[in-house]
Amino acid sequence: MAVFQELKKGALISLWFVFLTFPVMVIKVDPIARTVTWRWMNALYMAIGTFIIYTLVQFFIKRRGRSKPSTVQKEAGSSVIHRLLDNPRRRAMLFVALAAAAIAFPQLLSAYQTNVMTTALMYVVLGLGLNIVVGLAGLLDLGFVAFYAVGAYTYALLNHHYGLGFWTILPLGGLLAACFGILLGFPVLRLRGDYLAIVTLGFGEIIRLVLENWGEFSKGPSGISNIARPSLFGMELDLHGSIVFNYYLMVLFVIFTIFVVNRLQNSRLGRAWIALREDEIACQAMGIDKHRTKLVAFSLGAFWAGLMGVVFAGKTTFVNPASFTFMESAIILAIVVLGGMGSIVGVILGALILILMPEYLRGLSQYRMLAFGAILVCMMIFRPQGLIANIRRTYVYKKTHNDAQAS
Amino acid sequence: MDYFIELLFSGLTRGSIYALIALGYTMVYGIIGLINFAHGEIYMIGAFTAFIVATVLSIYGFPLLAIVIIAGVAAVVWAASYGYTIEKIAYKPLRHAPRLSPLISAIGMSIFLQNYVLLAQSSDFLPFPRLIRDFPFMEPIAHIIGSTDLVILVTTVVVMVILTLIIKFSMIGKAMRATSQDRTMATLVGINVNRVISMTFIIGSSLAAIGGLLIASHIGQINFYIGFLAGIKAFTAAVLGGIGSVPGAVLGSMILGLTESFATGYVSSDYEDVFAFSLLVLILIFKPSGLLGKATNQKV
Amino acid sequence: MTSQPILEVSGLTMDFGGIRALNALDLDVASGEIVALIGPNGAGKTTFFNCITGIYTPTEGNVWLTPPGGKRVSLNGLKPNKVTERGLARTFQNIRLFPKMTVLENVMIGRHCRTKAFILGAIFRDPRTRREEQDILETSYAMLEKVGLGEHCDEFAENLSYGAQRRLEIARALATEPLLLLLDEPAAGMNPQETIELEGLIKKISREGQAILLIEHDMKLVMSLSDRIFVMDYGRKIAQGTPREIRENPAVIKAYLGEEVDA
Ligand SMILES: Nc1ncnc2c1ncn2[C@@H]1O[C@H](COP(=O)(O)OP(=O)(O)OP(=O)(O)O)[C@@H](O)[C@H]1O
Ligand SMILES: [Mg+2]
Repeated sequence: MAVFQELKKGALISLWFVFLTFPVMVIKVDPIARTVTWRWMNALYMAIGTFIIYTLVQFFIKRRGRSKPSTVQKEAGSSVIHRLLDNPRRRAMLFVALAAAAIAFPQLLSAYQTNVMTTALMYVVLGLGLNIVVGLAGLLDLGFVAFYAVGAYTYALLNHHYGLGFWTILPLGGLLAACFGILLGFPVLRLRGDYLAIVTLGFGEIIRLVLENWGEFSKGPSGISNIARPSLFGMELDLHGSIVFNYYLMVLFVIFTIFVVNRLQNSRLGRAWIALREDEIACQAMGIDKHRTKLVAFSLGAFWAGLMGVVFAGKTTFVNPASFTFMESAIILAIVVLGGMGSIVGVILGALILILMPEYLRGLSQYRMLAFGAILVCMMIFRPQGLIANIRRTYVYKKTHNDAQAS
Repeated sequence: MDYFIELLFSGLTRGSIYALIALGYTMVYGIIGLINFAHGEIYMIGAFTAFIVATVLSIYGFPLLAIVIIAGVAAVVWAASYGYTIEKIAYKPLRHAPRLSPLISAIGMSIFLQNYVLLAQSSDFLPFPRLIRDFPFMEPIAHIIGSTDLVILVTTVVVMVILTLIIKFSMIGKAMRATSQDRTMATLVGINVNRVISMTFIIGSSLAAIGGLLIASHIGQINFYIGFLAGIKAFTAAVLGGIGSVPGAVLGSMILGLTESFATGYVSSDYEDVFAFSLLVLILIFKPSGLLGKATNQKV
Repeated sequence: MTSQPILEVSGLTMDFGGIRALNALDLDVASGEIVALIGPNGAGKTTFFNCITGIYTPTEGNVWLTPPGGKRVSLNGLKPNKVTERGLARTFQNIRLFPKMTVLENVMIGRHCRTKAFILGAIFRDPRTRREEQDILETSYAMLEKVGLGEHCDEFAENLSYGAQRRLEIARALATEPLLLLLDEPAAGMNPQETIELEGLIKKISREGQAILLIEHDMKLVMSLSDRIFVMDYGRKIAQGTPREIRENPAVIKAYLGEEVDA
């Protein structure tokens, strides 16, 4: 009887979705040729698809409801990777394997694959940068791409006008982006969370529109081309060499970023960020300067975006405003949300999944943004902590203290 | 002088469209404190539904009046259905989640809907059928105010009056006002809060659909991306007027519409959108409570 | 009142729109004292805490803090974090811990205003930063032991029992090394056993010389702990004195309609 009820409900919901999607999914008009195509099959797919998804969701909710009491089990189950990382020997082995794979990658696979991987690694770094702002400090920054643009145009313009090289501009691009972060952060960071999100979104769009319209400065929508590739100790590299070089450069960048972000996260400053995310008022009452702490998170995130902007300009040798739309910010946000806000391993995994998957499942790549949107919604509803939840940090001091007491 | 009046009317027309969208933002914010980021997409879907239905009917040779009525009703019905469904799927499960969760969910929904229309329909700009013909009696002043502008202004005024009557006098309007003042209290006195929230989304979405229909027939073309910019601008208007305040949304929309119209008319049209975004950033920084909103003191 | 005052409040007034939640309130706390602030629901006690800790900006009035042997400083217009730095630390009536941080980390946040390491320190972990981090750990752990939460240090704060969460808030506030500790209804929601333990804890902290200002509805607790009591109603001070004086004060009995005071 209960099953029948469920089926009936599923069928009704399917029917509702068929109705809902009817004009957009079924009818297709060509206003020029004045023809109408009725795609009735789509209605059928919609009905079946909705029914299956509904059943799966119901099943998922029921199962979760049953396993709720044993929170211990849930924590253990969610952290296979952390258990792998906990054991020092296994961790060492894992790192060696990863390092070997990373080094061998360009030797074993084509230049195209290497290039794709380089892009994915850039998103890893961007994700880790945004993770400081969104994941740790809890500031929803929807204009992250603006800082990326600042870095990219810093290199593009200074290289174009003054012929300055990649390595000179790299720190400069990062610092300039960080300065922009501070400049924007000063007025904006006292706003409540959701207003902050919209203001940063507005700021990102302003930067893009200015780049598009201020032709004398940025060459407008056509952008700047022929930007110098990164050089290796002053050596100019050929195309293939440069692809491989960019790849190794990004591997080093990722390692550097992980190192720094990990240290920041486990410091006095990192704790303050997390506390700020959890409860601003309690945080202030404990003596944390809210604005200063937020500003530091914001500008550090911007710094990384700026660095990546410089790398992006050097890698593609071409920048134009179209690379810095809101969708780019949304992709980086999806990476952080999918991986797990505040979790370094999670963000890396999120970037690799979201960037590599559409590349390798070519047929599906047109559904990429559709999937990103769905991921944001589904993660918030079903798994807000992300694929890999941040680990609870334990401190070794306790042991030494107990030992000291025992002896 | 004519030029000035022309700009004035074009500003009021813009403002009317913004107002129709901004009301949805403001009402939803008033009730559940969420920036419904997907609201711009509802407007887009309303316009798209009108486009599809109107084109089909015109191909099958229906008379103009029938097309206008059927397309208008379809736009409202479907937009309202989308609004209702989106709330149930993407926001209702997150009602007790941390504040940023529903916002992220809303952003995801917005991206999803854009790409859904892009994939199921087209990425091109499509020509929207001309639903509003030039009225003969408008002939003498046609260089100052077009017939479409007149229709938009009149429709907006009528819709606003109806909305005000609903909010002031109907049961659901009273329940809405009660819920926006104190949700817990409203539950205690027996108001079905879920129903109120659903109705808010339905009303807001219907208004956005009317706006979508009007603007699409005014501009004459349509695209899956029109919701993003219109949504942000309408949100700007809602914040300018004081988010949560219904008269504020209308006031803010008119101010935004007029300033945009005069700025593009007398200064330059290159920075039209920069202007709206800058206004948004400046208001949020300097007067986040808006013109008619009230500043609140968070209770500790 | 033999010792000198550390906290002095005069003429404190707070308006919310039309409501006057605090009306020209005077209050002082001397070093080493336990002072209680009592009054019926909505009297404005929590608002008083919010005003002196900088969370609300009072409409009028002055707040001064005097460190032992130091100069009197005004707390007017300071941001909450600056107030805490000067030496006022508080707990919250409706517990405000950091739920997704461990118990130990919660207390470590309290050490924030007494430590310095910043970006570069975090990245390079120079010896000074490492020493500082070690100090944060040791002090925080000691605070946890003091309130009896030592063995819970690696649990998430949200998983603690209600009473334990209240004690954790006390530990977190103590970690800031306050001149004056402000407790907002620390016994609310506790069972009798927990309340007795809490009483012991407050006495222990007080014996170590910590001055305490306490808001509490549990009259037994208030009477047994406090050296002096201030009574508020409708934002005004209606009485002040020793527990005995307060017990016999007719204005107080009237404000409470004779209910809890006899207890
Ligand atoms: N942020 C605020 N905005 C408006 N009114 C407020 C605010 N905070 C407190 N009030 C009002 O001030 C008055 C005093 O409140 P307060 O919380 O200080 O009382 P209290 O003495 O702590 O009561 P309780 O014993 O219930 O905790 C109440 O009428 C309350 O509604
Ligand atoms: Mg209180």
